[in-house]
Amino acid sequence: MTDNNTTPQPVLRLNGITKTFPGVRALSEVDLALYPGEVTALIGENGAGKSTLVKILTGIHQPDAGQIIVDETPTTLADASAATRAGITAIHQETVLFDDLSVAENIYLGHAPRGRFGLLDWARMEEDAREILKRIGAAINPRLPLRDLGIASKHLVAIARALSVQARVVVMDEPTAALSQAEIEELYTLIDRLKAEGKAILFISHKFDEVFRIAERYTVFRDGQMVDAGMISDVTEDQLVEKMVGRAMSAIFPVRHATPGETVLEVRDYSHPTEFADISFDLRRGEILGFYGLVGAGRSEIMQSLFGVTKPSHGEARLNGRALSIRTPADAIAEGIVYVPEDRGKQGAITAMPIFQNVTLPSLSRTSNKGFIRMAQEFDLARHYTERLDLRASALDQTVGNLSGGNQQKVVIAKWLATRPEVIILDEPTKGIDVGSKAAVHDFMAELAAEGLCVIMVSSEIPEILGMSDRVIVMREGRIVSQHPRDGLSPEILVREAAGYGATAQKESAA
Amino acid sequence: MSLAPPTPTHAPPAGRKLPNRLNGRSARVLKSWEVLLAVIAVAIFFANTWASPYFLDPWNLSDATFNFTEKAMIAFAMALLIISGEIDLSVAGIIALASTAMGWAVQYGAGTGELVAIGVGVGAICGAFNGVLVTRFGLPSIVVTIGTMSLFRGISYIVLGDQAFNGYPESFAFFGRGYVFWVISFELVLFAVFALIYALVLHGTNFGRHIYAIGNNPTAATFSGIRVERVKMALFLLTGLMSGIAAVCLTARLGSTRPSIAFGWELEIVTMVVLGGVSILGGAGSILGVVIAALIMGMVTFGLGLLNVPGIVMSIFIGGLLIGVIALPRMVQLLRKGRLT
Repeated sequence: MTDNNTTPQPVLRLNGITKTFPGVRALSEVDLALYPGEVTALIGENGAGKSTLVKILTGIHQPDAGQIIVDETPTTLADASAATRAGITAIHQETVLFDDLSVAENIYLGHAPRGRFGLLDWARMEEDAREILKRIGAAINPRLPLRDLGIASKHLVAIARALSVQARVVVMDEPTAALSQAEIEELYTLIDRLKAEGKAILFISHKFDEVFRIAERYTVFRDGQMVDAGMISDVTEDQLVEKMVGRAMSAIFPVRHATPGETVLEVRDYSHPTEFADISFDLRRGEILGFYGLVGAGRSEIMQSLFGVTKPSHGEARLNGRALSIRTPADAIAEGIVYVPEDRGKQGAITAMPIFQNVTLPSLSRTSNKGFIRMAQEFDLARHYTERLDLRASALDQTVGNLSGGNQQKVVIAKWLATRPEVIILDEPTKGIDVGSKAAVHDFMAELAAEGLCVIMVSSEIPEILGMSDRVIVMREGRIVSQHPRDGLSPEILVREAAGYGATAQKESAA
Repeated sequence: MSLAPPTPTHAPPAGRKLPNRLNGRSARVLKSWEVLLAVIAVAIFFANTWASPYFLDPWNLSDATFNFTEKAMIAFAMALLIISGEIDLSVAGIIALASTAMGWAVQYGAGTGELVAIGVGVGAICGAFNGVLVTRFGLPSIVVTIGTMSLFRGISYIVLGDQAFNGYPESFAFFGRGYVFWVISFELVLFAVFALIYALVLHGTNFGRHIYAIGNNPTAATFSGIRVERVKMALFLLTGLMSGIAAVCLTARLGSTRPSIAFGWELEIVTMVVLGGVSILGGAGSILGVVIAALIMGMVTFGLGLLNVPGIVMSIFIGGLLIGVIALPRMVQLLRKGRLT
């Protein structure tokens, strides 16, 4: 029993919320309470039901059963504007704002100050916007079109919008996913300020350090159910992880005894007018080669030019000693080089199409007969690879868009493996996917390398780079800074080289 | 112990198999747009029978097919194009230009074989022209083909003015007025053959699968090794080719060429395609749907014609039908939602 004198009344309470989609029970009798001036962290793997909960809170989905109680009053959130009226607002992973409108318009869209004849009062809108932005310590010109802002600033605009509607509940759905460390610190400061103003904050994140840094309370979801809730001060990180995945996280990365074989891919002096220059490296059979660097270091651009999406201005690539001439992805696939892109939804999966059609898309020439589709072969091929990756789906004709992020990634990886490649390039293979799927992808990468496939892994996650790679290439500003064998490599070295601290220090001492 | 690889979080029970399909065939068929369209088609058939005693006459029905055969041939290719995320509004312009070219050739004594070659060839060239503008220069197809729509027809206006080309050879008339067997016209046979070919291409080949992939997500299609521009180029060429074939049939049927030939057909063709359940946003649709939509539009036009309804009322009726049929599933959805909350 909690003591009523010390515990404030929750602003928002969910009781027994249930939501079912065709074939999936997304949420099953879930409870949640948010308190004023406190941050509650919502933790769970992808597919645990977090996004569905956010959509219910913001009025996009209606629960099948259960109660939403705002200030002790049961409320129906029939649509987005009802949620806004109830004082609930959300800041999403990728902010849903309007690129072509100004900052002020974005903040006041839907509740702009009106002047005479009901026309918009532009002057006041700008003034108020400036005021709010100042309050959150954001130096943004309210007249700028949103397009001109970086993601961090867009988040600030979203927060300003939340304040402008007098929100009392702010839902933050992985707000730090696209932010730099400095920007994350600013966000923390801002969250502290929101707390001081008495807002109740629901903070959704995959990153435990953030949760422990910012949250007072936690709620853990697993498979659409609430498995635990309590005060952050009462738990450890390991306990939370265990609650979230339902198992102990003892060995996160698979143990590999790799003995890379002969050189398969040689890249020499690859250059691009703007993105990268003088890139040379070798890739050996059965090897996992990690590419580490900050976002924008040119890693994805190199991989995409190897895959034929863009053209390098200079340089050559050889596969098994033979010079490659790759002009389109089709050429690359024919040569046995495949690329699992970072942007799953746009470049990887065709979300409106069924799983099996996604998997067989680049392999249709093998499942078909003289250009005519043979469905049975397609299903066999798709089943073979998706089951190997432990895909969680109800049937192979389910559309990919209905799967969780981790399972979508498994479909994309299955698609590329089905082409039986020689070199597979994985660009941020576990970004934004849950711990369980992450482990499955890692295990699978190790398996592939052991089978003699050459793997290039582009990653910005240091544990992943250190845990999976045989060799690591560090990049900065379009150039290779260094190459290291895994043994003896430390996170500090990676961070320093990627950010160029060492280099600046040297220059300064030389000067 | 801790060195052992982690066990998968959700270890599937041994022997778990992903089923191919979630729902049975009957459930999928019953929910389909094509079934709804077929029901509407049957209803219109009975309404026509009830409204006019002349409707059920075999020769009248045979005449009715000319209301849709030529348009539907183009609609098949247009369906593929729209599924791939593009559109061609110049098809009626292509008919005008192809027909003008044929009429011009007649003045120089071209025979039936040459006329067909010229009609189909001009159509293909026009289609290729659109295709190059869209795929090579990356221009939006709706703008390009609005431009070429005026361009193609403009050329025939310049050539013809208020004149008409006549004097097509006797044997040429077969393509528009010939009968293969009893009331079965050559055009109807052509329509049926094209329906089968297009259904096979779209639903049964890798090329068809590529069209869906491109329409749903061109970037992911490119990343999957599909040569997107090449597929789109082929589809524009195909649409032009079909317009050329339709131009041959229509010119043969009318026996003359005026610059206003097939005026406004592009909208009727697009309506046919959309009524047939092809998503105007691309990525979804079937040839069967377009076939049924063609039958519906043909029967409605003909039924109203039998009742001496003026043309303008017909276009109002077809417009209303289109909106009604598109709104229906959405209305059902809203009603269901209303019942739940």
